[in-house]
Amino acid sequence: MAATASMMQSFGPNLSAQNDLVPDWTRTEVSTGTTIMAVEYDGGVVIGADSRTTTGAYIANRVTDKLTPIHDRIFCCRSGSAADTQAIADVVAYQLGFHSIELDEPPLVETAAHLFKASCYRYREELTAGILVAGWDRRRGGQVYCVPIGGMLVRQPVSVGGSGSTYIYGFMDSNYKPSMSKEQCLELTATALTLAMERDGSSGGVVRLASISEDGVERRVILGNQLPKISTH
Amino acid sequence: MEKRCLDAQFKGVSTGVSKYNALNHHFYVSSKTINKVIQVHDRIFCCMAGSLADAQAVLKTAKFHLSFHSVQMESSPQVIAAASVLKELCYKNKDELQAGFITAGWDRKKGPQIYVVSLGGMLIKQEVTIGGSGSTYIYGYVDAKYRPNMSREECLQFATNALALAMGRDNVSGGVAHLVVITESGAEHTVVPGDKLPKFHDE
Repeated sequence: MAATASMMQSFGPNLSAQNDLVPDWTRTEVSTGTTIMAVEYDGGVVIGADSRTTTGAYIANRVTDKLTPIHDRIFCCRSGSAADTQAIADVVAYQLGFHSIELDEPPLVETAAHLFKASCYRYREELTAGILVAGWDRRRGGQVYCVPIGGMLVRQPVSVGGSGSTYIYGFMDSNYKPSMSKEQCLELTATALTLAMERDGSSGGVVRLASISEDGVERRVILGNQLPKISTH
Repeated sequence: MEKRCLDAQFKGVSTGVSKYNALNHHFYVSSKTINKVIQVHDRIFCCMAGSLADAQAVLKTAKFHLSFHSVQMESSPQVIAAASVLKELCYKNKDELQAGFITAGWDRKKGPQIYVVSLGGMLIKQEVTIGGSGSTYIYGYVDAKYRPNMSREECLQFATNALALAMGRDNVSGGVAHLVVITESGAEHTVVPGDKLPKFHDE
């Protein structure tokens, strides 16, 4: 999208001022207006995200993967500006990889979360990034850390983020119980994401899930026609 | 002024509302016990949302029009009549007003009904509906938990739970919850103080 916009402008400054010749979405920044979620369970974490990337009203990518690996057992869920979050994730993945080699052991999830926070807080005026960091390490097991816009860092057993998250706070508050099993967490995440995708215009597509534990990472996709059905429609 | 409204239809209608009256930008709570469920006729109630001043003014006018209409027709007004009166006022004055309503009630012709008049003056009929600033937080909950043809107790519990969840997340919703159940035999109003509302897993 950014490439198209700059090519258009090189043909003359007046072209970008003519609204009807150049569609709106070529000038709007790519956004992962989104719903993301992460839940801790005993032995690991479950993370989930929708798959819609928008530039204004156009869906630039309807099968986006917003669950980005940072290390073997540490992932991040990205929401906000697609460019900003991709850049930050690249930086943190590099820093964490280097740190892990220095330590000669797998990195802690808390370390990854602090690296995210360092970048998000220092450049808070320039960035629009809401990130959930989740993973498994040997010291503390499954952990979820929330780094919202502005660069705060807080650990929570369950966290939701993105534009679609407002619609599911009530559902989360009533349905999350501490000490759920992995299967229950997967079901809760899939249902919550479906509910949010039904109501939020910037969220949609498929539901991508991943569960991270000592044994590794298991990824799955729930396609649109396989999503749980909602009764009020 | 921000608030939360919820209606769900069973064989009657239950209407729930939670109260905080807060001046928009400064979040000063001017009252914690406002009743935003107003009776416009024997078996027709309206929930207000948006600017409380606008909503009160509109409802006052609507109440007058409705009772006049009722005298002319020589019978109780239909729920859709009440909703249409509100819609006319909201649509014709859309540039000046910032008020939305949920109209719920029972009439002899169609039984229990719920109508929503939104900000610009659209009127639609729904089985279950939510509104106000706190409603965004419970769309997921309502979509997941609502089933058609619930009993009266189930509906009341559903409304109470939804209100409690929204009040837990929205900073300008809170205080007490007003619940009204409207059926063929009349209307019953209960008030549930904040500390008696169901508690959910809170971080």
